[in-house]
Amino acid sequence: MMEMVSRAHARQLVEWARNHPGALVLSADLTGSCEADLFRDTFPERFISCGIAEQNMLSVAGGLCREGFVPLVHTFAVFICRRAFDQIAMSVAYPNQPVKMFGFLPGLTTPGGATHQAIDDIALMRSLPNMTVLEVGDATEVESVLDVAWDVPGPVYVRMLRGDVPRLFPVDEPMRLSIPRVPMLGSDVAVVTSGICTEEAMRATAVMAGRGVSITHVHISTLKPFEPAGLDELLATGAKGIVTMENHLIDGGLGSAVVQYCSDKGLSRPVVRLGIRDRYSHGASRPHLMREHGIDAMSLVNAISGLLGADLGIEAGDLAAVRVEPVHSIAKAEAL
Amino acid sequence: MTDSDWKKEASRIADGIRRRVLEHTVRNDGGYVSQACSSAEILATLYARVMNLGVPDAPIAPRPYAGTPGPDNDVYRTGVDFNGGVRDDLDRFILSPTHYSLVLYAALIETGRMTPDGLDMFNRDGSSVEMIGAEHSPGMEVMTGSLGQGLAQAVGMALGRRLKGATGRVVVMMSDGEFQIGMTWESIQFASHYSLDNLIVVVDANGQQCDGVVESVMCIEPLDRRIDSFGGRVVVVNGHDVDEIATAASLQPDGRPLFVLARTDPCRGMDLLRSRAPKLHYLRFKCECEKRAWAGLLDAWPAEVE
Repeated sequence: MMEMVSRAHARQLVEWARNHPGALVLSADLTGSCEADLFRDTFPERFISCGIAEQNMLSVAGGLCREGFVPLVHTFAVFICRRAFDQIAMSVAYPNQPVKMFGFLPGLTTPGGATHQAIDDIALMRSLPNMTVLEVGDATEVESVLDVAWDVPGPVYVRMLRGDVPRLFPVDEPMRLSIPRVPMLGSDVAVVTSGICTEEAMRATAVMAGRGVSITHVHISTLKPFEPAGLDELLATGAKGIVTMENHLIDGGLGSAVVQYCSDKGLSRPVVRLGIRDRYSHGASRPHLMREHGIDAMSLVNAISGLLGADLGIEAGDLAAVRVEPVHSIAKAEAL
Repeated sequence: MTDSDWKKEASRIADGIRRRVLEHTVRNDGGYVSQACSSAEILATLYARVMNLGVPDAPIAPRPYAGTPGPDNDVYRTGVDFNGGVRDDLDRFILSPTHYSLVLYAALIETGRMTPDGLDMFNRDGSSVEMIGAEHSPGMEVMTGSLGQGLAQAVGMALGRRLKGATGRVVVMMSDGEFQIGMTWESIQFASHYSLDNLIVVVDANGQQCDGVVESVMCIEPLDRRIDSFGGRVVVVNGHDVDEIATAASLQPDGRPLFVLARTDPCRGMDLLRSRAPKLHYLRFKCECEKRAWAGLLDAWPAEVE
């Protein structure tokens, strides 16, 4: 079985904070739910409980920066991006203040239904000047995203994972700003994924590679600025086309970014964007919702089959049987 | 400065604020006049008596617009140097309703912090002396034009200063209309919860907002009891009495954020404005005759009190 890591952020935040005394944690009544409880108990004087009042929390965070602190805002992504958008824009993003926002329950990762499902957060945060947008896809990225966010001198929005998170990438390959990972390098189709869709893609690509399909798989963790090192060459390997898959609306997220990127680079390829198609969702289990919205391993198989014009005869059982192990990135970004 | 000296100085500043705003309004066929009428004594008292700010070596000439903050802008700076810069032992001043910018600029000139000709740059293309000031505008250091965010950012600063052990306070000027905003109450609740008695908020309660009289747009009264029930320490004063404002704003901290509720007259010192009631937010002349009447008021303005 693939390695699952439990509450990686809770532990990492405490260890990391020991060496970053200027960092404070701000929370809006979802402290345990956002794995900030260990920090609260370890550094009570650096933990600021804000109550269910996100608008005030984000502007307070901006004010704390003006006194030299680095606030790490923890709550569900919807409550950061939707409820406090104006506060982020004017108290944080405009003045380029180093507020680090950790938005939990991205996309369909919660059965909490439409109120709790952040399907639009990347689009909203990407639209803000000065904002850096990161998304974690596995436990290694959860453990290393604090360093990446800290090193950015301005505001950062992190699309965060919690609870049991798979380790897809080796511990000795931490997340790095604007450096994509390449779990697979091929020549027929280029697949670009982020967040929880990367694990799904690794299942699909493993099976498809076994059926002779040559795939380049790129995992993206820096969504803004969208300048992944060497992405143009990686995308160009997909002779038949490009497929993006994301746990977000197809407009304004990874798929949009890839299409814009191709346009900017003059790269002419069909791009199939898998994601939530201009609609809200509902409360149900993650596998159910990912299947319903077409962002699971089978959806990727179908999209690639469509691009190739071939029925590969792959079934759900084939995908479930895949053993996902941590993979080293094949293409070293430095070499791209 | 002796007791009578500072009061005389505050009165002079208040008079100068009204005169400069009037002069500017006549020259530009419009302006935020009622805000000057209601808040002249508040700003004058804050600068002359209440706030412990640094003083620029000489009046500063406003800079041209130098772009927005960001990783590629090395020349960007806020307008805090007009208030003497940021230091842990000095106060910080946040103007929340930025449509009062003209009033603030006039106050900066009257207190020798901005060159008098700086007002000529008001609302000019390429100038930092903006009509609705941004944080690069003279005397400003955060973005507050989206009402409600000034208090919350000030609360963050006050908490930061508490955590650092910095002695300087955070002084905020607010308008009463901002108490219709839900976020304002989140901020009061927060400041009370964290006992931020290094926060002083002076409210220009002039009963006016863009659509007209506050009470008719959305009632906020009894404002003193509402703030009190949220954990704020409220002192209600006559907002045109510099002594009352200064005394209230200088109370010994008692663990609660201090709110000086300054009840003011939006036409104070310019009775001509009363015919415009109830819509006083922005004065724009309706005809030549009206412009002549306002020019006459300016001509008849008493010489500077010495």
